[in-house]
Amino acid sequence: MKLHTFKIGGVHPAENKIAAGKPIENVPLPQEVVLPVAQHIGAPAKPIVQKGDKVKRGDRVAEAGGFVSAHIHTPISGTVTKIDTCRTPQGMPVTAIFIKSDEADRQADAETIANQKPIRSDVEVSILEPKQIISLIQDAGIVGLGGATFPTHVKLSPPPGMKADVVIINAVECEPCLSCDDMLMREHPAEIVKGVQLLMRAAGVNHGIIAIENNKPEAIEAMSKVVAKVAGIEVMPMKVKYPQGGEKQLIEAVIGKEVPSGALPIATGAIVQNVATAYAVYRAVYLGEPILDRVLTLHDGKEGRNLRVALGTMLDTLIPEGTEYEKIILGGPMMGRTASTLATPMIKGNSGILLDPVYAHRGEVEPCIRCGKCQDACPMGLEPFLLSTLSRLKDYDEAENQKIANCIECGSCSYACPANRPVVDYIRIGKAKVMAAMRARAAAAAPKK
Amino acid sequence: MSVIVSSIIVLGAIGIIGALLLYVVAQRFQVKEDPRIDQVEALLPGANCGGCGRSGCRDFAVACVTSPSLDGLSCPASGAVIMKQIGEIVGLAAAETKPKIAVIKCNGTCDLRPPLARFEGAPTCAVLAQLGSGESACPNGCLGCGDCVEACPYGAMRMNRETGLPEVIEDKCVGCGACVKACPRMIIELRPKGPRGMRVYVACSNKEKGALAMKACKVACIGCSKCEKVCTHDAITIQSFLSYIDPEKCKLCKKCVEVCPTHAIHAVNFPVKKVAPAPAAAPAPAPAATTEA
Repeated sequence: MKLHTFKIGGVHPAENKIAAGKPIENVPLPQEVVLPVAQHIGAPAKPIVQKGDKVKRGDRVAEAGGFVSAHIHTPISGTVTKIDTCRTPQGMPVTAIFIKSDEADRQADAETIANQKPIRSDVEVSILEPKQIISLIQDAGIVGLGGATFPTHVKLSPPPGMKADVVIINAVECEPCLSCDDMLMREHPAEIVKGVQLLMRAAGVNHGIIAIENNKPEAIEAMSKVVAKVAGIEVMPMKVKYPQGGEKQLIEAVIGKEVPSGALPIATGAIVQNVATAYAVYRAVYLGEPILDRVLTLHDGKEGRNLRVALGTMLDTLIPEGTEYEKIILGGPMMGRTASTLATPMIKGNSGILLDPVYAHRGEVEPCIRCGKCQDACPMGLEPFLLSTLSRLKDYDEAENQKIANCIECGSCSYACPANRPVVDYIRIGKAKVMAAMRARAAAAAPKK
Repeated sequence: MSVIVSSIIVLGAIGIIGALLLYVVAQRFQVKEDPRIDQVEALLPGANCGGCGRSGCRDFAVACVTSPSLDGLSCPASGAVIMKQIGEIVGLAAAETKPKIAVIKCNGTCDLRPPLARFEGAPTCAVLAQLGSGESACPNGCLGCGDCVEACPYGAMRMNRETGLPEVIEDKCVGCGACVKACPRMIIELRPKGPRGMRVYVACSNKEKGALAMKACKVACIGCSKCEKVCTHDAITIQSFLSYIDPEKCKLCKKCVEVCPTHAIHAVNFPVKKVAPAPAAAPAPAPAATTEA
């Protein structure tokens, strides 16, 4: 059977998925959580609690700050100790809600978790309207858990005139090292499929495709078993290639349609959702539980573990004592970002903690030899060496003509470069400048209409 | 023979017709340009630094000649003498401007602001600023990659490798503001040069609460407002835990310099002590992680 994949570009980094097959461990609830109000793309949430307030597990502590935003809930019961700034992993200040639990709170939480029961039966769920499902998803504060953290309810509400005809579940997990989605599918296939059905109904489509890369045979088998009994959903094994988990690449790989430059992915009729998001949707609708924790992979080079971590857990408590490391990457090795401080909480988008020294250093930068490997690797069909040079020389007009705004910052070019040039670093600056100029132009042109 | 004669006649005729055509076109479509524009441009430095707010020296010369007054038009690189000469050429009075100089509002040297991480990516401040707080814990301080040095068209900035901070070479800086635009952290400010170069300014940009600022850097402004209280000229305001001295109101009394507990306020070019003494660099224990970026 021919495996699907996207046509142009792509690289195949060493998979290094040593955490695959390790069951998901529940990390005990921390005694104190720090919940930043900006855990998603869009407007930051607004805190609705005050210092001294008592909160229960699952209570909303911050309201969405707009339509493109998400609510934030507390994973522990306790008292709000302060609303102050905490640090993002990169060291920038962000407003956060600090909650501390006492002995009674911890007992109450343990009981809540032990006695968790569905609040809706299959029949009750089957009579929900699409609008109701979307509002339940919105209430649960669900965002894309693949890492981009785009609010899910926004994606399910296409702009007027656009109609979805397929929901693609992104379970390719193309980043090396990470295996949290893999384990989630092996352990909770039935729940995920229920979540996928909810997403399909919310989007008003009859067709769902779960795309899984071929290096996860156990997950494919587990999902196929469940899907066999369900109409309208299929499991599609994919060829292993990075960045297949990119939204545009996945759409092209699965349904063969290219997202037009500058258009939303919905223009192809596809809505892409991460597999962990589907699982969170199941929990929100069936169990009435907002998003309180997430599964992530902890990888230190020697062994890998998959952990279910409450949001707001501090990073330093998750790294076992005595672990030697040079660098901490949050996310995968390709798109993840280095943490420069340990005093930072886990947020919705963190899919991994990498301590592997293999990824600690970049190679020595050498001059570009014009080999064109970056161009072959670019999944968007761009010329990374050119965009990078234009950005470095601040020729943003020409960079815009060369479609720098289409770059998805996947880093395939930097990975492929034999001279270790920081190609994507420069492209990022140029892209930010060009996007800002495009937005400014659009804003200037808008009142004239 | 006749071939040579006829060719000379034909080619000569073509040449004369072409010359007539060029003459007519040149007369017809002549663009009359004020000769003063060239005169003004000749006086300008020609660095096209953009300090005047125009797209280049030629554009500035055109603006000088065409606008009804010279108010708001000044070339920071040329100074008052040249502006006066330009005024004489165009027959207008040049507006009086105070010479300005770039001031770096960060004094977080390597020992005073312990680095928490090491950056190995593309060595420009723009990349580092996109990533986060940089190598130290201060989210507002200098990133030390030298985008400002690269941007300076007059060679008036250099990077001090020991402190990790850029320095302004006072004689060369004309106050064009290229570095101000290049700095992604916005820590460079154009301030009046002051009488005999004397000026007082807050050498910090940290907008965090005092405790956090102190944790990140030993010489950070902590917003204690001691300087605000001691100032008798109403020159000091404090916004988001950061003090600012208004150069128009400041009378250079240096009272604020003495009371500042973190030595964040600098007084430069004063006769007795030329540079404010840097506080003793205490060996600080690095807070938080010592990871590498």
